[in-house]
Amino acid sequence: MQSCKRATELMSQQLDRELSASEKMSLRMHLFMCRHCRKCNTQFKVLHDLASARSRDGKDGER
Amino acid sequence: MGKGSVPVSESQTEEVQRRLAEVRPRLLAFARLQLGDQAQAEDLVQESLVAAWEGLDRFTGSAQLETWVFGILKHKLIDEIRHRSREQTTGFDPDDMPEVDGLFNPRAHWLPAARPKAWSEPEQACMQDGFWQVFDFCVLHLPESTARVFSMRELMGLETSEICDALAISEQNCWVILHRARLKLRACLENGWFSKEDNNAVL
Repeated sequence: MQSCKRATELMSQQLDRELSASEKMSLRMHLFMCRHCRKCNTQFKVLHDLASARSRDGKDGER
Repeated sequence: MGKGSVPVSESQTEEVQRRLAEVRPRLLAFARLQLGDQAQAEDLVQESLVAAWEGLDRFTGSAQLETWVFGILKHKLIDEIRHRSREQTTGFDPDDMPEVDGLFNPRAHWLPAARPKAWSEPEQACMQDGFWQVFDFCVLHLPESTARVFSMRELMGLETSEICDALAISEQNCWVILHRARLKLRACLENGWFSKEDNNAVL
């Protein structure tokens, strides 16, 4: 089984680039078997969404 | 005050001023992180605060004030980063990364204490008072170069290719830094915010 550490690398990278088909498959397999990593995966995505909610579009505020 | 279309009472004005003053140190920390130049960071933050103040009639509710002014600063920082040449990028150390081996056992599986716990109502967090203070604390407590890459990617929404270009690092390097930043930030937010209530856990 793929290690949790490696799985977290793929979870992180899927937010920054398109994973290859085999990377997607191995991540999916790991997530199916590991509930800790399932939580981590969801929370990385929450983090990603929260970070983009850190600012509203400020362009209008300038004029 | 702005377009003057909305009558703002004296006490509301004072409240907004107080909150802007409260958020200023964190804005300054982010600007300094990106620019590495105290004077320039202070100028940009000052401009952002003034712009926020002048656009006061366009936001509603104090919970949004932080995201409003942060958004203004974000655009100014992005302009500055795109305007700068690589040679002007100083003080970036790609090896200045947090260690994450402490989270995993020798077989690279989660150590029991490091296993992600359930988070309660994560989508509500950003609407609640005090959340951004905790969030900023967690980001700003990453090693400086890590915080810088994370902010560029997640807070400013730049693509990794653009970040690598600006900082003269490889994309591989960028992914390693972001991975470690996310692991650390996840744990920090869990401790500092999401473990506040253990009931109603949804994740």
